[in-house]
Amino acid sequence: MGNRTLTFKIFRYNPQKPEVKPYMQEYKLEEVSGMTIFVALNKIREELDPSLMFDFVCRAAICGSCAMVINGRPTLACKTLTKDLPAKISLLPLPVFKLVGDLAVDTGTWFRDMAIKTEAWVHTTKEFDPTALEERMDNKTAQEIYEPDRCVECGCCVAGCATANIRADFLGAAGINRVARFMLDPRDERSPEEYYEVVGAEEGAFGCMGLMACDDNCPMEIPLQTQLSFVRRKMLAQGLKLKTEKVAL
Amino acid sequence: MSAYKTYVTDVLIVGAGLAGERTAVEAAENGLDSIILSLVPPRRSHSTAAQGGMQASLGNCAMGEGDNPDIHFQDTVKGSDWGCEQDVARLFTETVPIAVRQMSHWGVPWNRVVAGKKTLPDGRELEEKKEKEGLITARDFGGTAFWRTCYTSDGTGHTLQYAMDSLVLKHGCTVHDRIEAISLIHDGEKCIGVVARSLRNGELIVYVAKSTVIATGGYGRLYGASTNAVINEGSGMFIAQDTGIVPLGNMEAVQFHPTGIVPVWILVTEGARGDGGYLLDKNHHRFMPDYEPKKKELASRDVVSRRMTQHIRAGYGVESEHGPHLWLDIRHLGKEHIYTNLREIANICKNFAGIDPANELIPVRPTQHYSMGGVRTNADGHAYGLKGLFAVGESACWDLHGFNRLGGNSLAETIVSGMVVGKKVSEYTLGASLEYSEQTIKDEVTKQENRIKDLISGKNGNENVYKIRGEMEQTLMNYVGIFRKGEDLQTAVDKLQELHQRAQKVGLQSSGEGANPELASALRIRGMVRLALCISYGALQRTESRGSHAREDYPKRDDENWLKRTLAYWPEGAELPQLDYEPVTITELPPGDRGYGEHAG
Ligand SMILES: Cc1cc2nc3c(=O)[nH]c(=O)nc-3n(C[C@H](O)[C@H](O)[C@H](O)COP(=O)(O)OP(=O)(O)OC[C@H]3O[C@@H](n4cnc5c(N)ncnc54)[C@H](O)[C@@H]3O)c2cc1C
Ligand code: FES
Repeated sequence: MGNRTLTFKIFRYNPQKPEVKPYMQEYKLEEVSGMTIFVALNKIREELDPSLMFDFVCRAAICGSCAMVINGRPTLACKTLTKDLPAKISLLPLPVFKLVGDLAVDTGTWFRDMAIKTEAWVHTTKEFDPTALEERMDNKTAQEIYEPDRCVECGCCVAGCATANIRADFLGAAGINRVARFMLDPRDERSPEEYYEVVGAEEGAFGCMGLMACDDNCPMEIPLQTQLSFVRRKMLAQGLKLKTEKVAL
Repeated sequence: MSAYKTYVTDVLIVGAGLAGERTAVEAAENGLDSIILSLVPPRRSHSTAAQGGMQASLGNCAMGEGDNPDIHFQDTVKGSDWGCEQDVARLFTETVPIAVRQMSHWGVPWNRVVAGKKTLPDGRELEEKKEKEGLITARDFGGTAFWRTCYTSDGTGHTLQYAMDSLVLKHGCTVHDRIEAISLIHDGEKCIGVVARSLRNGELIVYVAKSTVIATGGYGRLYGASTNAVINEGSGMFIAQDTGIVPLGNMEAVQFHPTGIVPVWILVTEGARGDGGYLLDKNHHRFMPDYEPKKKELASRDVVSRRMTQHIRAGYGVESEHGPHLWLDIRHLGKEHIYTNLREIANICKNFAGIDPANELIPVRPTQHYSMGGVRTNADGHAYGLKGLFAVGESACWDLHGFNRLGGNSLAETIVSGMVVGKKVSEYTLGASLEYSEQTIKDEVTKQENRIKDLISGKNGNENVYKIRGEMEQTLMNYVGIFRKGEDLQTAVDKLQELHQRAQKVGLQSSGEGANPELASALRIRGMVRLALCISYGALQRTESRGSHAREDYPKRDDENWLKRTLAYWPEGAELPQLDYEPVTITELPPGDRGYGEHAG
């Protein structure tokens, strides 16, 4: 590899110090082989600027902590190799989420609120019986549930979504995907009516404008639009049923 | 002392990984109020990174037929090289089938038995029975007599943590994330809670509770090359040890995983070998059967890691700019298997090494992976030395793993210890009252405030925290690795003692204001160096080889002198840990041959 010098332009703002307005700060680093944004940012912190804030946990594209906007695109920083980028690299925090400082955003609270709003847990009236065998499930069903369950809640789909950027209450592709996960799960006893309450409105499955940015941005390559249309079909059917019932009344 | 926020609760849980959250759920089900603290949102805890699976002797799949808790118990005790507590191992193996089924009830999409005939990659034929169809299946992992590792593709930790966190949400447990416990508050007899620092704005917060549970995971990041998440710095262990009265157990027992990817050290799960992957040397020769004809690539982890190191030393490693390595070969498993059951591995290889494992070999070398040692507790999870302090999961040493943990036994341990210890915590808490002196709290807060002030002002010196850290990581890598010997360990102890001095003279380069990350590192460094010293000094004193602790100068297990557990205390002002020893509880299986890998040396 030709030894490039990389120029990073990084968003700086500390909400604790509002008197210092947001600005872009420049750092230069020599590129090394196999360098990721994770490696680069740690090098910057350890050698150039120990005050720089950013989040990494697994550094293996598994935990969803490190999403940021890299040269205009929301993605996971730990799996972004610098060799795939031009020598000028701009890093911004994800929009939509509350800023903690510099590149760190509070995706945790957003996803927790979403999970509480959609009651993202298995709703069952059955008691667990420690002496009984597990309930059987078809392996195919298990794998179908795992598909949307793979979401790492990084926020890339939400950050890149036009609706989420203008509507604070929009569940976003991640939220709808989470609902799809429970709809697919035979252990969850919620009825279509109950799901309709959760995702039937504008802030749910029908808020999406179909711009598809979520699909393109998902680092886990979850087919978010497919999950969305699955939820929409279910909700449309339920919506029609509700209408007919009203008419019948 | 300035004003500070105080929260009061019944049960304070420090750590929101699987062990911490399972404990919280147990407390909630017993009607107790709890607060969970975490450095990161719970779903980003290191538990989510576990891919391979969780051991439970359900015996549903064809290769698991005939399995039961007795055999799981024997595997665990042998795996530990007789270093574990057998009463704990018994309780664990009896409980874990229930734990797996309960996780299924709570939503984990475990892979299931599919009836019919199958041919394994090595040509063996088997038939999954019709009557078992739809029950939870298992895969092969190292050191087990049967296929026992339950899994969801290769996202087992992820699906477990998401299901567990959904229960935490359902129960409405309080979670404070981006909060770091920096010291325990205690009066010499009883733990009262913690002083924590907010990683959102830097403020100090006091948490007061009837019981406090440490569930902070492992310390992998003491080593320069570790499969662990970057937040695994062992803080729960050193804040407990810092009390001077709570010991850490068996800190010298450090596990290396055979297959970390060179040079990013990201793990390739044991599932890859369990599903039929091979290890190859520079001549593309499959060498493990030469050393371990029976278990081959699936001997115990410590054994495989040693064999690999031995083979590299014999000149069969592949040279690279990052040092010699070996190859992991899964090409013969086929695209379909790799892209579905081992998809996460395929992604990791692609993203971090630019490799397609369906067509190419994966460069691997043994890498630090797991901390068998931790806060020493009794079989109820109650810490030695302080009432009201408990520990669970990887940060604890109730001692299920002894000197080597079996793959798949750790996820299982997090859930089982959450259930078992959670119940004991609840019993204790229901009978406890919240009595403490305001002065004890004030003293501890003042102590922490002063530490922070000194770091910011540079009163004690201007040592660079990142430099000390780098030197500590390298010291452990170079001298306290897979094979150990007296002179190396002495070198490590000497160097770490110097670093321990320097760690007390750290001064910040940045302002330290707000959620400043340099301050966070500076607050941890002394404790981290102490843990490194506990590992090195404990290893130096232990003049035998047992499980993962392999002394070249003492290659044999020595039950006469060393069938005992190390307890490491750190008295105030000490320069080295004070070591003490206690016997290992043997209830059923007297020390014997490990059965496989016994020639490891
Ligand atoms: C890459 C990898 C793969 C693995 N695969 C498997 C596998 O297939 N099967 C298996 O059985 N085991 C596996 N393991 C081991 C297993 O994943 C861990 O041992 C287990 O998940 C630890 O869980 P825990 O709840 O104890 O801790 P963790 O999940 O590490 O959680 C620790 C929690 O403590 C919090 N915390 C830490 N310090 C503080 C502090 N000072 N203040 C507040 N909060 C704090 C963190 O934020 C986090 O929430 C794997 C490990 C690795 C590294
Ligand atoms: S750090 Fe975990 S996804 Fe990037």
